[in-house]
Amino acid sequence: METESNFLNIKDVSTAFKIDGQFYDAISHINLQVQHDEILAIVGESGCGKSTLATTIMGLHDPAETKISGEIDFEGTDLLKLDDNGYNQFRGAKIGMIFQDPLSALNPLKRIEDQISEVMDYHTSLTKAEKHTRVLELLDEVGIVNPKRTAHQFPHELSGGMRQRVVIAIAIACKPDLIIADEPTTALDVTIQAQILDVLRAIQNENHAGIILITHDLGVVAETADRVAVMYAGQIVEQGSAEQIFNSPEHPYTRSLLRSMPQRDNEADDLYVIKGNVPSLQKMPATGDRFAPRIPWVPESAHEAEPVMHEIAPGHEVRCTCYKTFQFPDEKKGDVTV
Amino acid sequence: MWKTILRRVMIMVPEVIILSILVFLLAKAMPGDPFTGSINPKADPAQIKHLMAINGLNDPWYQQYWNWVVHLFHGNLGNSYQYQEPVTRLIAGRAGNTLWLAFFSMILTYALALPMGVFAGRHEGKLPDVVIRFYTYVTYCIPFFVILVLGIWIFGYVLGWFPTTGSVSSDAQGWVQTVGSHFYHILLPGILGALFSTVNIVQYLRSEVIDAKHSDYVRTARSKGVPSKDIYRHHIFRNSLLPIAAFAGYSITGLLNGSIFTETVFSYPGMGLLFVNSISYRDYTVITALVLIFGLLNLLGTLLSDIILSIVDPRIRIE
Repeated sequence: METESNFLNIKDVSTAFKIDGQFYDAISHINLQVQHDEILAIVGESGCGKSTLATTIMGLHDPAETKISGEIDFEGTDLLKLDDNGYNQFRGAKIGMIFQDPLSALNPLKRIEDQISEVMDYHTSLTKAEKHTRVLELLDEVGIVNPKRTAHQFPHELSGGMRQRVVIAIAIACKPDLIIADEPTTALDVTIQAQILDVLRAIQNENHAGIILITHDLGVVAETADRVAVMYAGQIVEQGSAEQIFNSPEHPYTRSLLRSMPQRDNEADDLYVIKGNVPSLQKMPATGDRFAPRIPWVPESAHEAEPVMHEIAPGHEVRCTCYKTFQFPDEKKGDVTV
Repeated sequence: MWKTILRRVMIMVPEVIILSILVFLLAKAMPGDPFTGSINPKADPAQIKHLMAINGLNDPWYQQYWNWVVHLFHGNLGNSYQYQEPVTRLIAGRAGNTLWLAFFSMILTYALALPMGVFAGRHEGKLPDVVIRFYTYVTYCIPFFVILVLGIWIFGYVLGWFPTTGSVSSDAQGWVQTVGSHFYHILLPGILGALFSTVNIVQYLRSEVIDAKHSDYVRTARSKGVPSKDIYRHHIFRNSLLPIAAFAGYSITGLLNGSIFTETVFSYPGMGLLFVNSISYRDYTVITALVLIFGLLNLLGTLLSDIILSIVDPRIRIE
């Protein structure tokens, strides 16, 4: 996947959090690339490290409580080598982030206009009047019906969907090359979800930004993503184009996720449930396939001792060799259930 | 805005009426009478009964209450049994002392508490935070009057820096000296009162700052590339001062309650000391007047809090 259009290159990045004086990896050895004009979806259960990856790229972790290693090459700069001031040149300007919960992501005491223009205060030399025009333009762009009125309002006067639009407006105000959207639609109802995704796509068409879309909603992924990375317990277990992931998923975790998705032509009455939980940080196994405990019927010999990524098709990588023989217990040999 | 305030004031009317009835009845419910012991101990009980009767103290309570209210509207709070002097004049002579002390103490409280709370919250877990927290816990654990007595002993008696009684020195001459002496006398009680009342504000503010620091909107601000210094200035300070501002009105009440301790320990001639004395002498007219004033100030404090809150928090604004 090393092509020249990759403007974001995440190389071997691990982030560890301090718990009771010891550091535990929340994400380990992540390798990812993002190109312009592409939407990379990161999927996985809660607690598998998706948001940690996002906040690591944004540099939002308290350095006293976290240990980050690896390299995040953003247009030739290693973000992880920057100090806070250096990072501030990127945050908001070249990287915009959309947060999960629009209800709490805005300062309750500031008018919408001030919250949007704040990002321009630090990254542009626009005059006050120009900023005002730009705010109205942005609000219009994200689909706010009456920008003038909304600009003057406070967050509590807006609906959830409108607030999420405002959060998006903040993220895109300085036309960033990279937009990280951390579950932008989770807190919203389905009709608003679709509208928000449309807004994101429209912005991308205009700015040619690369988007990292973090979600656990496979429906959203299927609708929007160009490429997909599946994360489990802090690792990427499979990545490939959206087509590859949806049409020929290989890793047992990916297949389990897809199988647990409600489908119209699903013959079974009950949805598939992946047994067990994502292990907590302290209980993360140091070696072996981290997903193995949740597919106990697979013999240990099928797993690699130190699972690595295997490229099985151009751009399609899978961790561990267990995918070769993996079957669900109720599945007949050669039967493909997707 | 004005509508909100007006409505809020209207709500206060029934509150004041209920307050006045309660105050009146509570004072009446105290055992004893204002005469036994205050005149000749060998006085004829019949004579005391007579005194009670001509002062209207044998009437049914509602009649006594009604008389009191009628007088109240004429600005007449009755005569003090103990001092034989109109209650209004008695209180007017001391209200100034109490208000000056409370005002000084309040300014000092906020001047100390705001920086301390913000500083502790900002440097959570580091040395300054530990020191400030230690101070708040220790102060919180010691009863207020013990702090006062300790303060008098150390700064008034051992070190001799401050006067320990009264509100003005008797040999002060001229305008400048009198004001200076007044100020000198409120220094120690004011400082001790402030040290005590900072505790709540510091602890509250500290936790507010810590909450705000980890809030989602601060994370949003960080993701905008706002430098840490500006995040504190524009996002954390104002948001965490909100509840403190809301409590500012109530703190008036706290200061007046505190004045009862402070003035008693310092023999400072204010409303607090007058209150304590009147209770021991069953000086009904003074007690009811003072409790009523404290109660009214209390209500005004809550009104002030509501107004402040509606100014600083857009979520509470009523259009």
